[in-house]
Amino acid sequence: MNLLKSSLLLAKKDLFSEWKTKQVLVTQIIFASLVIVVFSFAFDPSNNMTKAVIPGITWVIIVFAGVLGLNRSIVSEQRNETLHALLVAPMAPAGIFLGKFLSNFTMIIIVEIIAIPFLFLLFDFNMAGSIPYFILIIFVGSFGFVSIGTFLAALAGNSKSSEMLLPLLLFPIASPVLIGVTQATRIILSDMSKLSSALAWTQMVASYDVIFFVISLFLIDYVLEV
Amino acid sequence: MIDITKLTKQADNKLILRGIDLKVKKGETLAILGPNGAGKSTLLKIMAGLIKPTSGLVKMKGLDLRKNANEVKKSIGYLPHASLLYDHYSPLENLVFFGKLYRVDNAEERAIQLVKEVELSYFLHDPVKNFSRGMIQRIAIARAIIHNPEILLLDEPHTGLDQGAMTILNNVILSMKEKGTTTLMVTHDFKQAAEICDRIIILKNGKIVDDFTVKDQSLGMVTEKYKIQMEGVS
Repeated sequence: MNLLKSSLLLAKKDLFSEWKTKQVLVTQIIFASLVIVVFSFAFDPSNNMTKAVIPGITWVIIVFAGVLGLNRSIVSEQRNETLHALLVAPMAPAGIFLGKFLSNFTMIIIVEIIAIPFLFLLFDFNMAGSIPYFILIIFVGSFGFVSIGTFLAALAGNSKSSEMLLPLLLFPIASPVLIGVTQATRIILSDMSKLSSALAWTQMVASYDVIFFVISLFLIDYVLEV
Repeated sequence: MIDITKLTKQADNKLILRGIDLKVKKGETLAILGPNGAGKSTLLKIMAGLIKPTSGLVKMKGLDLRKNANEVKKSIGYLPHASLLYDHYSPLENLVFFGKLYRVDNAEERAIQLVKEVELSYFLHDPVKNFSRGMIQRIAIARAIIHNPEILLLDEPHTGLDQGAMTILNNVILSMKEKGTTTLMVTHDFKQAAEICDRIIILKNGKIVDDFTVKDQSLGMVTEKYKIQMEGVS
């Protein structure tokens, strides 16, 4: 209970910081919008073949916009050594991970709420599949990506070149999640007759999410040590 | 209050602490002196729970730091050279956040009272990033004592402070001492150590080489003892 309270407090602090500074979320939204606009010029939205790239574009936006936020979530705690203040407080390191995860997850969800409808609108995409399943896949994929990313951001945070190190570590480890959710998104958006296949991909990603989330909770203690 | 037994810390094949044994009584004010690289800050960081020792035992209030980290941390106030404050937050927002983290009742009330005590009430809602080093350190002092800690760990707290901030810091340490707080202070400032502390230990190459009580705030005695230990050290 204390763990959850402390992590909610930390997540609230991070989101309030973001509300005050508007450094990360605005950058993420601008980046997502740029990607959508560039892709809308690269692919002809009136061409039916273009619809096939939408699942890929969706996850390109989430992944790259996400990386921008993940790195900053830990780096921001290094200025004035505020991470030390969290470590000396009566709060388990797992609480720091959970708090950072919650704030990163909330921010990526906000980016998705803004960017995905904008993507569909610009590509004149009519959803043939199921919206609830689509939301479920986006949720499961984002959960996995953000939990892996938050843990690795903490790991890379001790390095001087953390901005370069995070993507290098993140993409190989997050690739099972990204492959799974891209496949599931493709099926859900185009061919609902293969729903069982999409659900199988989603289950695989959800299992990976749970395993990595639990491992991160246990290992973060060693990662955050000064 | 604090009981450290055979504490060692090794990093990158270098032994930073070589079997520290130290007992500090409740209400005692202890200064830790020593040359750069002696292991003073490492010792303090281990006590604050920031780094784990390689071997040895750290007990505070009778509790093993390793096994009861959260319980022990509730009683510790840690003030290093860095402010540990969020730049874009005001003093009030910083102190309320840390107050809530330490489960302080009426965190906002306590924060306002502390900002008043460090004489920065006028800047209560201004972002910390606009403050001078002295002002930041005053808020950092308030952050360290927001939860009325029983143990205060100070790492070179006087460095870079103006006279006003130094007086406030010393008053805080002395008033906390009156309340029974145990204070450990790493410092290079012999004058402050002699004036504030009851007892001084000198650390050299990761070992305690001298441990003595300060009589009549004698700066001369502290300087003399330090000089004796540092003979031959460049």
